[in-house]
Amino acid sequence: MVAVAIVRVRDLFAAGMLFAIYSLLSAALFTVLDAGDVALTEAAVGAGISTILVLAVLALARRYEHPTGGHNLVALFVVIITGAVLVYATLDLPEFGHPDNPAQVHVGPHYIEQSYPDMGVPNMVAAVLASYRSIDTMGEAFVIFAAGLAVFALLSVPPRRRQSGIVPRRPLSDSREDEPADEKEKPDHE
Amino acid sequence: MSDNGILRVVARFLIPLIMLFGLYIQFHGEYSPGGGFQAGVVFAAGWILFALIYGLDNALKVISQRAMYILAAAGVLLYAFVGLLGVAMGGRFLDFYPLLPSPHAAQQLGIITVEFGVGVTVATVVMLIYTMFARRKSEWEAVLREDSDP
Repeated sequence: MVAVAIVRVRDLFAAGMLFAIYSLLSAALFTVLDAGDVALTEAAVGAGISTILVLAVLALARRYEHPTGGHNLVALFVVIITGAVLVYATLDLPEFGHPDNPAQVHVGPHYIEQSYPDMGVPNMVAAVLASYRSIDTMGEAFVIFAAGLAVFALLSVPPRRRQSGIVPRRPLSDSREDEPADEKEKPDHE
Repeated sequence: MSDNGILRVVARFLIPLIMLFGLYIQFHGEYSPGGGFQAGVVFAAGWILFALIYGLDNALKVISQRAMYILAAAGVLLYAFVGLLGVAMGGRFLDFYPLLPSPHAAQQLGIITVEFGVGVTVATVVMLIYTMFARRKSEWEAVLREDSDP
């Protein structure tokens, strides 16, 4: 229901807030599933930091989404086909919670049985992330660093005035509550 | 926003708690849910709250932008360095066993160190991204002000 509201709402500020609510609900769901690490990540990153960054971008961009005219039938078609294929694929999934599932018979039991004798770390998730799957985690750390570098590369250049002769793009929608400063130009990425 | 007394008082109360909680899930990540990523994000959130309430300039006095770049790179390099240390001491890349004679202690040392590297990188990168966006706003306003009175 929250997801539908996110799609429907035109006010980007409200959409950002709804995303935070969505993340918080997901975090609650993960808590119910006993996945403490994932829940903590979802609450901190999804509900916390992404919302702050979305708001920081919104301070630069316009608050209301452009209305797009009409409906895109091709997009609807593609979405329906993809959804149907995904639903069809779920029919082949193994039964939920069955002991012979690949998730239960592959490396999982080894980690569960060996992680404490191997390293004496009670939190199995930390053991898997930092030791068994250490190289993956290093890759993630490098990805974070690269994301920081990318934002730095895009935003460290000081903004310049538009060249004369080019008319700044005006918002198509009404510009309620928009300061003149925000109307003129928004940065290349949102 | 900084004029609001309630916000200031609540923030002054909350910021140390948020940062303490960030450090807790950093260093207690082996025993309870948590780890470098979450800790870095929570710690950075405390800093961002400070920046929102007391202004970005004051927040940049706490940690300068230059320090953020350096720490972001240092965190990742710390991770890779621990991995290479394992190689240098006769193991494989990111193999923690050679670091200390006791296998449990070696693993725990390795895990805590790499998680610390991840935490430092995540925290500083999040701060850096926030700083970039927040500063962009004021830069734009300066440009537009020039524009309006030629």
